[in-house]
Amino acid sequence: MTMFHREAGVFKTTYAADMALFPLPVARWTVAALAVLFVAIVPLALGEYYLSILNLIFIAVVGALGLNILVGYTGQISIGHGAFMSVGAYTAANLAVKLGLPFWITLPAGGLMAALIGVLVGIPSLRIKGLYLAIATLAGQLIIEWTINHVPAISGGAQASIQVPRPHLLGLTLDSQSRLYFFLLFFAVLAIVATLNLVRSRIGRAFVAVRDQDIAAEIIGINIFRYKLLSFAISSFYAGVCGVLYTYYFGIANYEQFQLIVSIDYLAMIIIGGLGSVLGSIFGAIFVTLLPIVLRLLLESVGSLFFDESDLANVISGTRLAVFGALIIFFLIVEPEGLNRLWRNIRSYFRVWPFSY
Amino acid sequence: MRKFVKSWLGVAVASGALAAGASGAVAQQKEVVFGLQCDRTGPTALVGTVLCPGYHDYIDLVNSKGGVDGYKIKVIEVDNEYKVPPAMEAHERFKKEGEVIEGVYGTPQTLALTKKLEEDKIPGTSPGFGNAAAADGKRFPYVFPIAASYWSQAGAAIEFVKEKLGGNLKGKKIAYLFYDNPAGKEPLPILNELAKEEGFELRTFAVPAPGIEMGAQILDITSRYKPDFVVAHLFGRSPSVSIKELKGKGYPLSKVVSFVWGSAEPDIIAAGGYAVAQGYNTLQFAGVGKDFPVLKDIVAMYKAEGKSPPKEMDSTVYYNRGVMTAAVHVEALRNALKATGGKKPTGEDLRKGLEHIKDFTLGGLVPPLTITPTDHEGGGWCSVWTVKGDKLVKTKDWYQGFRKVVEKQIAADAKS
Repeated sequence: MTMFHREAGVFKTTYAADMALFPLPVARWTVAALAVLFVAIVPLALGEYYLSILNLIFIAVVGALGLNILVGYTGQISIGHGAFMSVGAYTAANLAVKLGLPFWITLPAGGLMAALIGVLVGIPSLRIKGLYLAIATLAGQLIIEWTINHVPAISGGAQASIQVPRPHLLGLTLDSQSRLYFFLLFFAVLAIVATLNLVRSRIGRAFVAVRDQDIAAEIIGINIFRYKLLSFAISSFYAGVCGVLYTYYFGIANYEQFQLIVSIDYLAMIIIGGLGSVLGSIFGAIFVTLLPIVLRLLLESVGSLFFDESDLANVISGTRLAVFGALIIFFLIVEPEGLNRLWRNIRSYFRVWPFSY
Repeated sequence: MRKFVKSWLGVAVASGALAAGASGAVAQQKEVVFGLQCDRTGPTALVGTVLCPGYHDYIDLVNSKGGVDGYKIKVIEVDNEYKVPPAMEAHERFKKEGEVIEGVYGTPQTLALTKKLEEDKIPGTSPGFGNAAAADGKRFPYVFPIAASYWSQAGAAIEFVKEKLGGNLKGKKIAYLFYDNPAGKEPLPILNELAKEEGFELRTFAVPAPGIEMGAQILDITSRYKPDFVVAHLFGRSPSVSIKELKGKGYPLSKVVSFVWGSAEPDIIAAGGYAVAQGYNTLQFAGVGKDFPVLKDIVAMYKAEGKSPPKEMDSTVYYNRGVMTAAVHVEALRNALKATGGKKPTGEDLRKGLEHIKDFTLGGLVPPLTITPTDHEGGGWCSVWTVKGDKLVKTKDWYQGFRKVVEKQIAADAKS
C-alpha cells in the first residue's frame, strides 16, 4: 500500500507538520486501513489457529522492537535479552500470584524490573564494545538463568515455574486465542507507536549519534553514560514486557522458555528484518515466527509426492531447518540491510514505475 | 531491481502451492485425530527421532487391523524443536484439525500447555517428563503423566539401591548426580525425605548445562565422597559422559542407577559401547527389547507390506516408549467409544477413557497400568534393566518404590 505514496504537492509549512508521525495523507489512510483490518476484519475472518500464530507474532514484535532500540539504534549488542524477558516474567508472576495484582500493574512492574537488571548488565557497555560487550551480556544471561534456577523465592520452588491466572479485563477472562488477540494486539501497537516516537525524539537521535561515533557524540554534548544506560533500560523494559506477555499467554512463568537460544532468535529477527528500523523489527518478527510454520505446511502438502510416508516426518523436520537457514542467508545476500531495506527498494521501484528511466 | 521482483514471484508461487495443498485435504469416512508433538531437530532429537516412529507404527498397526470400532486414527505430528512457542502453535493446529488427545513433548512445553489443555478440554500425555505433581488428577484434570514421574523414579531408585545394599540403608552414603535444571532438581524432596526416613546420607552433585563437562563432580564422587551407590539423573549427551567418566575413575557401574532419560541404547553406545557399560543399571517405564507380541505384530505388518522393519526398532528403549504412548492413547479411545456407544468421541470422552484404563499391560511392554481420576500417573511403575553382555537385561520386574512417600509429596504439593 505504501508503495503508492506520492510526496508531490505535499508542502509543510510548520515544524509540527514536518515532525508529524505520518507526514503524508496517504500514510494516515494506510494506517487507518490497517487498523480496520486488524481490529475488525482479521479477528472475524480467521480461526483460533491463525490467531494463535498472530498472537505469537505480536509478542515477538514487542521483544524485537526492544532489542532493535539497543542493537539497531544505539549500536550496543546484547545476548542477554532472553534473560531480561525471564526477569519480567517472574516479576509479574510473583506479583500476580503472591499479591494477586492485575495485569495492568504486573506488566509495567515486570518491565521496570527488567529495565533495572538491564541497566546493571549494561554497565560494562560504558567501557567495552562489540564482541567484548556481547560476551559480557552473555554472562548476564547465564547469571540470571542460574539465579532464577537456584533462588526459590524468585522461582517458586524446584520446578522453577509459576502458574499465573489468566488476565481479566472488563469482567472478561482472556483465555481464548481471540480474546488474547486483542490483548496482545494492543501492546504490540503500543510498542510500535512508542518506538516510532522514541526514535524521532531527542533521545532517539542521541542513540543514533552514540551508535555512529560515540566520541563525536560526546563532543557535541551527549552524555554517553546516561544514554547508553538509558538505551539498555528502555530496551530491557520492552524485553520485560515481552516476557510478561509470554507469561500471560502461556499461563506460566518458566525460565526454560527464555534460555540463550531465545536471545539468539531475537537477534536473528532484527538482523533479518533490518537493524535500526521499526518496520524491520516487525518484518523480522513475522519472518522468524512464520517461516517455519509456512515451510512445514508447504512440505506437508507437497512432500508426500516425493517421499515415503514414514520418512516424511524426518524429511519435513530436517528440510525445514535447512531451508530456514538457507533462506536467511539468501535474504541477507540479496539485501544485507534486511527485509526493511528490501521493502523500501521495492517501494522506490514502484514509485516511478513504469517510467523508471 | 529485477531480482527483487523475481524473488517475490518465488514467494507468490510458493504460497499458491500452499493454498492448493491445503484445499486438497478432504475428510472421509469415520476418523479421529490424534496430535503428536515431537522433537526431531532440537536438543533431544536423539529421543524424538526414535520415539515418534514407534508411536506412528503402533497407530498404523491399529489402522491396518481396521482401527478402533470402525474409526481410523489420523496422527498429525508437529516438530516443536523443544521450543515453547512452536508447541503452542502445534497445539492450536491439532485443535483446528479436531484432535481428541495430544502427545505433548518436553517439560517446559508441557508446563506451558497445561492451562491451555484444560481450557480446550483436550487430554495431553507427558510420559516421563513434565510436572511430577500432575499425577494429581484432581488438580490437573487434563494432564496425564501416564508413566513414572521423577518423584516415582526417585522412590524406585532408592528402593533398588536398598535392595542392592542388603536391605538396610542406615549409615550408607548415596550420591545424587543430576543435571542442574528444574527437571534435575525435581526429585530432591523425595530423596531428602527418604534420606531422613531410611537413615542414609545424601550428597548432591549438580552438573551445569550442557552437561558434557563433569570431570570435577565425578572426581569428587569417586575420590573424595566414595559413596555406596550413585543415583544419576542426566539428559541428552551427559549420561554417556557420566558412564565414561565413572568407568574411567574405576567406580563400579553396577553401583550406579540412572533415571529414565539416561537409560537407552544410544547412551550406552555413545559411552563407548556395551563392553564399557557392563553392570550399569537403568530405570525404565516401558519394556525394553524386542520380545513383545506387539513388536512382532509391527514387524509382521511391515513384512505384509513387503518392507523391512524400520531401523528405529533396534533402539528399543525409546521405540518402545513411543509404542507405549500410542497404545495408551488407543486404549483411551477404546474406552471412550465404549462409553459413547460408537458415537464420535470428544476430548472430554478421551479424558474419561484414560481415567478408565485398568491393568493395561500390552503383553508386558507396559507396566500394569491403572489410571484413575485421582491418579493420572498410573501407579508410578518402574523396572530396572542392567547392561549385561551386549544388551539390557531385566533385573527387577515392575514395582512401585516407596509409593507412600511419593503420594505424601503429591498431597503436600497440592497444599502449597
